[in-house]
Amino acid sequence: MATLLIRGGRVVDPAQGLDGVNDVLVRDGLVVAVGPEGAQAIGRADETIDATGLVVCPGLVDMHVHLREPGREEDETIETGTRAALAGGFTSVACIPNTEPPIDTQSTVEFIHQKAARADNCNVFVVGCVSRNREGKELADIGQLVEAGAVAFSDDGAPVYDAELMRRALEYCRMFDKPILAHEEVLELSRGGVMHEGMVSLLLGLTGMPAAAEEVMIGRDIALAEVTCGRLHVMHVSTAGGVALIRAAKARGARVTAEACPHHFTLTDECLRGFDSNFKMSPPLRTADDVEAILAGLADGTLDCIATDHAPHAREKKMLELDRAPFGILGLETAVGLSVTRLVNTGRIGWPRLVEAMSTLPARILGINRGTLRPGAIADITLIDPALTWQVDVERFRSKSVNSPFHGWTLTGRAVATIVGGRIKHRLDAS
Amino acid sequence: MPSRSADIDTFPDGWRHRHLLDLERLSPDEIRLLLDTAARFKQATDGCRRKIAVLTGRTIVNLFFENSTRTRTSFSLAARRLGADVVDFTASSSSLSKGESFIDTARNLEAMGVDAVVVRHATPGTPHLLAQHLDVGVINAGDGPHEHPTQGLLDIFSIREQRGDLAGATVGLVGDIAHSRTARSNLWGLVKLGAKVILCGPPTLVSPRWREVGVEVSHDLDAIIPRCDVLNLLRIQFERQNTRPFPSVREYAHLYAMTRDRLKRAKRDLLILAPGPINRGVEVTAEVADCPQSLILDQVTNGLAVRMGVLWLLCGGRGVDSAAAAPSHARVV
Repeated sequence: MATLLIRGGRVVDPAQGLDGVNDVLVRDGLVVAVGPEGAQAIGRADETIDATGLVVCPGLVDMHVHLREPGREEDETIETGTRAALAGGFTSVACIPNTEPPIDTQSTVEFIHQKAARADNCNVFVVGCVSRNREGKELADIGQLVEAGAVAFSDDGAPVYDAELMRRALEYCRMFDKPILAHEEVLELSRGGVMHEGMVSLLLGLTGMPAAAEEVMIGRDIALAEVTCGRLHVMHVSTAGGVALIRAAKARGARVTAEACPHHFTLTDECLRGFDSNFKMSPPLRTADDVEAILAGLADGTLDCIATDHAPHAREKKMLELDRAPFGILGLETAVGLSVTRLVNTGRIGWPRLVEAMSTLPARILGINRGTLRPGAIADITLIDPALTWQVDVERFRSKSVNSPFHGWTLTGRAVATIVGGRIKHRLDAS
Repeated sequence: MPSRSADIDTFPDGWRHRHLLDLERLSPDEIRLLLDTAARFKQATDGCRRKIAVLTGRTIVNLFFENSTRTRTSFSLAARRLGADVVDFTASSSSLSKGESFIDTARNLEAMGVDAVVVRHATPGTPHLLAQHLDVGVINAGDGPHEHPTQGLLDIFSIREQRGDLAGATVGLVGDIAHSRTARSNLWGLVKLGAKVILCGPPTLVSPRWREVGVEVSHDLDAIIPRCDVLNLLRIQFERQNTRPFPSVREYAHLYAMTRDRLKRAKRDLLILAPGPINRGVEVTAEVADCPQSLILDQVTNGLAVRMGVLWLLCGGRGVDSAAAAPSHARVV
């Protein structure tokens, strides 16, 4: 009967329309009560956290994380990736199946679950492959993957290229009510590209990936979602045109959701001028106009949630020529700082919307029983110091890799405690 | 016998760079300084034909990750004219095929005690990355389609030799602008020295967005020819293209090759440049390549002058007497 009391924090829980100073009482891994100090249900506890001045919210959910295991343990493991998640304030991550082998069988799903249980850090929800062996030819055994616990399906890293297969995937997943998480890219248009196609790529002589490569595919998949009534989730939206397509689709009532990554609402293609491969990711950093559109899309809800696309790569892999270095950027340990700094402290969105984008909606899209502090809910809770100013130091990251271009940046806002199932799994002081 | 000019004893005050990576970030004065230094060396070596031993005891390494004959030879000759030792390092014979990263390769060469690295690579920015990792001078000898600063300098040097000041001159860069490092280096150098630049080629090779840096974009060679004082005919870089950006070589030549007929409509003193290798019959016909206005062979000679000047500036040349004593980066900020 272990009890934990989180006292005096600003409890933000959009799922129950809550935003105010409250206490949260946890017993046996569940939230038992949320209410003002001294309320009837709030009594004595075995352990108390003073949350004065902190934001207390349902545990953050990152629905787009590359844990790299199995197959690329030199970049990240389930153990290191989930520790990085805890340090970043995430109590749940969804791992993307572009591993080696890809997650397209029940046994691979079970492997992930076992490794995650052994690591005993944050929750790991498994995304299964859309196509067998991620080859884009035939559907993976989606029903069996659902039975094993897969919460969504994706061939991320690559688009589902065959339009007919994508149509079947959207159609087939309807019976499980699972979303397809789509990496949107017309490969012929982006071939050989290392950055956004625009003025900067023109000056640097680098091969560009035009915004149209992403937008054409978003348009295709929206049309397929509408014809099938399937659930489409557009990953890492990076272009203004993409935001506009999704906004229009939602207005028509299409079952479309979308995510944005912190780097896409923070950085532009100008960053590539130093040829640093840490700024190389797919989709690439776009222009200031695109950044503005993503900020607006997050503010008006066109882009439902924030996901990191945490993509670790071992140091030596990124120390290559720009065209040989892999795409990808770390995200887990900087997401809160970047989101607070770029979204909340600039007045673009308030705390309730931020919590919605980082917890409520990703949990809802994945259909997992997380994302709220309602009594009875699993006690996944994140405590954020909204005023803490800190400097990013990749050498102190829990992640196994250091490919973050934010090294040395000063950010405001940081998770100071991460509670999973009622247990305090991370405290900033204890680091 | 090596000759020696008193001119070369004076190291110019305005030069503060350790590397030569691109022309985009140099000031007009720095570009003039590079050109003036090249002129001094051309004169002091009797038109690049004789030695002037100002870099005796220095070692220059040619680190070429991409094939090149003329640029590598030109750098080698320039270094030898200055009395330096030259080492050639080509990717095919190196450990790169064994998986070593280019940074490790360069660090190894540095550890062997070289004074400057001349690097060519198919990927833009590779010289810039090397410069971050090495303590010795890095000279960009072409990084993919990005820049080729000594080529830009030698083209401009050749024009300047014929007509003095660049200000007010109209220079047409014709052809594969998209994939041309020569185009980018020429563009920055010319614009900074006050020339008017026209980029000409099909829209698949000449983006209209170039207008944003203050140059004119045209898709009609016949329309711009009468206005040009200089035409620089760039090679079609078939090897860098994903898909062919025009229907056929024949159609390209029909629209953009510099022919005798087109030459008739040009100013009488039009200067014609082409950075080799040229595809005769594609960008330029044989009779135009060999016509009196063609500077194609002057460009090659001037390449030596430019590269001698650059090597001397970056290796901290102080004239014969002080060179050995001075630390090679004494002037680097």
